[in-house]
Order: sequence, then C-alpha cells, then structure tokens
Amino acid sequence: MEQQKNALIEVKDLHVVFRDPSRTVHAITGLSTEIKSGEVVVVIGPSGCGKSTFLRTLNLLETPTSGKIIFEGNDLTDEKCDVNLHRQRIGMVFQHFNLFPNMTIKKNMTLAPVQLKKKTQEEADEKAMELLKRVGLDDRCDAYPGQLSGGQKQRVAIVRALMMEPDVMLFDEPTSALDPEMVGEVLDVMRELAKAGMTMVVVTHEMGFAKEVADRVLFMSEGSIIEEGSPKEIFDNPQNRRTQEFLSKVLH
Amino acid sequence: MQEWFSKIAFDFRQSFIDSDRWQALLSGLGTTLLITVLALVIGVVLGVLVAVVRSSYDQKKKKGGVLGLLNKICYVYITVIRGTPMMVQLLIMYFVIMASSTNTMLVATLSFGINSGAYLAEIIRGGIMAVDRGQSEAGRSLGLSYVQTMRFIVIPQAIKTILPALGNELIALLKETSIVNVIGMKDITKWAINVQGRTYQAFMPFLGIAAVYLVIVIILTKLVSIMERRLANDGTAKKRSH
Ligand SMILES: Nc1ncnc2c1ncn2[C@@H]1O[C@H](COP(=O)(O)OP(=O)(O)OP(=O)(O)O)[C@@H](O)[C@H]1O
Ligand SMILES: [Mg+2]
Repeated sequence: MEQQKNALIEVKDLHVVFRDPSRTVHAITGLSTEIKSGEVVVVIGPSGCGKSTFLRTLNLLETPTSGKIIFEGNDLTDEKCDVNLHRQRIGMVFQHFNLFPNMTIKKNMTLAPVQLKKKTQEEADEKAMELLKRVGLDDRCDAYPGQLSGGQKQRVAIVRALMMEPDVMLFDEPTSALDPEMVGEVLDVMRELAKAGMTMVVVTHEMGFAKEVADRVLFMSEGSIIEEGSPKEIFDNPQNRRTQEFLSKVLH
Repeated sequence: MQEWFSKIAFDFRQSFIDSDRWQALLSGLGTTLLITVLALVIGVVLGVLVAVVRSSYDQKKKKGGVLGLLNKICYVYITVIRGTPMMVQLLIMYFVIMASSTNTMLVATLSFGINSGAYLAEIIRGGIMAVDRGQSEAGRSLGLSYVQTMRFIVIPQAIKTILPALGNELIALLKETSIVNVIGMKDITKWAINVQGRTYQAFMPFLGIAAVYLVIVIILTKLVSIMERRLANDGTAKKRSH
C-alpha cells in the first residue's frame, strides 16, 4: 500500500514503434518501471537504445504504441485524458535547451504560467526573478537567449520548467551540448534540485553525477531496462554482461 | 531637337490630359490596387488554412480520418492551381464557375485570391516547418496547447521567413492583375489599351503604365527589405549588455 502511494509515475509494458516509410524501428520494447516521489533516477545506456524515447514518452511527446503510463494516478495513454493538464506538472529539459529565441529570458519563463492562468504576470515576474537569482542569472533577465552561453541557456531552461512548479523533472542529456567548462554549473543546479527533494529522471553520460546523486540507476539496452539498482550496485558490481561492457567503455 | 520636345509634349497631353484621361488612369489604378489587396487577403486566409491542415497532418502519427480527407483536398487544390495558367483560371471562373455573376470585381478577387492562396500555403507551410521542432516540443512540454504553442511560439518565429515572401507575393499579384481586361475590367492596363485605341499612340500609354507598375513595385520592394531588416534584428542584435 505504502509502495503504491509513493509511485509518482508507473510505466507498464511500454512499447514505442516508429514507422517511417523506409523502415520500422521498435524503439521501446516492453519497458516497465516505477518512479517514486522524491526519487532521482538516472538512465544510462548505449546510443540508440531508446533513452530519449523513453523519457519523451513519459510526457507523451512520443506516442506509446502500447502499454500504459500512469502519472499521479491518471492514465496518460487514455484517450479522454487531458495531456496538456498533466504536462504542466512534468517539467522537461532538452539537450539543446529549446529556449524561445524571440523572447527575453524573463518572457521565456513567464509565458506558460501566465497563459495557463497559473499566475498573474506580476506574480510570474516575481517568481522568475527569484528563480533566476537562485541560478545566478537575475542580471540577465532582459537578455535574449542568443546572448547567453550554453551553460547559462541550460540553467534558464531548467528554471523555465520550474516556473510551472512541476512534480517531476525530466532531463534528456542536459549537458551533452555544452562546452566542458560549462558542464559543472548545470550539474550544480541539478544537484541542488535533487537535494531540495525534486523527483527527477535524468538521461546522462555524466557517470560522476549518477554515482553521486542518483537513488537508482537504470541501464537500458535495445529498448528495455536490462539492469537496475543503486549506483553502488550498478557501477561497482554490474551483473549483466552488456552493462559491464558499456561501463568498461564509458568509465575509461 | 525642339521638334522632338514639342512632339513629346503633344503626345503626353493627348495621352494623359485630354478628355481627362488621367482621371480614368487613376480609377484604373484604384481597380488594380483593389484587386491586388483583396486577393492577397483571400490568399492569406486560404494559405493559412491549407498550411495548418498540411503541417498538422504531417505531424500526426495516425493518418487518415477527417484530417486525411482535408489534406487530400488541399493537395488537389495546390496541384491544380499551380499547374494551370492564371489567365485560364480567370477565364474559367468568369465564363464557367461564376457565369451568372456580372460582378467582375468579385470574380477577379476570388480568382486571384484562390490562385495566390495555393502559393502562399506552401510558403506558410515552409515557414512553419522551418521552425525547429524543439520549439514546439518545449511549448507543449510546459503544458501549452497546440494552438497556444502555434500562436505564441511557432507562428511568431515563422513570420520571419513568411513576411518577406508575403511581400513578394503581393508584388507578383500586382503584376499578374494586368490580365483582368480579358473579363472586361478597367484596370490600368485596360486604360492604356483604350488610350491607344483612341489616339493611335502606343509609346506614352504603355510606357506610362509600365512606369506606374514599376514605381509601385520599387516601393513595395523597399518596404519588404525594411521589414526584413527589422525582423532580423529583433531580439538578437539589440541590447548586448556584456
Ligand atoms: N522520431 C523518430 N522516428 C524514427 N525513428 C526514431 C525516432 N526517434 C528515435 N528513433 C529511433 O529509435 C531508436 C532509439 O532512439 P533514442 O533517441 O531514443 O535513443 P537514445 O538512447 O536516446 O540515443 P542517444 O544516446 O544517441 O541519444 C533509434 O534507433 C532511433 O533511430
Ligand atoms: Mg537521446
């Protein structure tokens, strides 16, 4: 019973198939898992194994071919479910930031909460400044995304998602597009979020971050989770041969 | 030399001043501009509708249904309109489809509007498609609806590429309207034909209207490039504070 109450997201036998005219890709092949409230889950695995697809399916940016995604007790795959409403509670951070280039940083942050009537413009402005201060960018609130460095952009992208006060944050390789010297500043923000108790699902190649911050590590291969456990279990004593191979490649 | 000048002055007077021909020219100009502007409005409305149908169909995973049918209709529309000459479309509209109507302005604006809609649809669709997919994904992931995402995020960025093309479509339309005399409309081209018929002068009336078209086109081209510069500057070049 306790277990059930804590499950924020339940994924049940998820399949995602992409059908292009030229080929059919079975990107997710029967994936089941649970994300508990307050948990930090790191997803690792070789390129093309379906990490991004898994993450993007959690807020229905990709449509499941079959299976269920239950978020806070609501089945997102149900036709009658208002996905827009639930997406407000699921923040997402992309590899390429996806800031709106035609708006100032502040406008980037306040657009959704104001349009979705979660806040008045004044409340949203105030909240935006507070969050920007937290990531050390309050002096850039009137700048446009084109004027920021990659690391700054990604920090803005994170606080933009936080403006909606989500219950979970999804990160798809948030530091992969950054110059090495900027990775740290973004990971710092994520570390703080984790410390503050945010539920997070993070796809990353930053194994140091995974070891330090993750409550649980999922190893994916060919569209499903083939091994999972605490960072200690996965990194120090991987059981599956493919996990071992993958780790020996990325850790050296 | 002097003879030549006085001949020019005479020709000019005969073509533009006598019998108040300049008034007829002005009213012809009004007709030309009115058809152009109304046709562009119809074209933009049709173009946006078709572009939205086509691009949302492209994005959809499950094909078929009502959207599929609409998409097919749009496809046929674009193919037919772009595959036949404007003059022929105008004649068909006037003599076949709207044969019972005597309102040539209505026939002409509809005909040019429908024609320009087919071209604008592809321009607008191109503009929408050119916006990075990550932009609409970011909007949707924040909980914004499809329409809100289009309105606040995608369309404003698409306009950057669409607006200059829209200006060019306006210029093309203006020039194309010179065929409306085939359905009996008195635009500026018809004016020149009339003057030539009455005075047996070709030089003044025809070069005269060429100059009128050219001046309008130059003005519009200027406006388009000003607009392009404004849009290019928006947000990226200004206020670089660090
Ligand atoms: N929209 C799509 N259409 C067709 N195939 C796709 C699409 N998105 C992903 N795929 C395919 O699905 C598979 C899984 O892709 P995915 O991007 O989820 O992998 P990934 O683990 O995130 O890889 P990476 O580490 O390179 O980001 C790949 O074979 C990919 O080519
Ligand atoms: Mg990926």
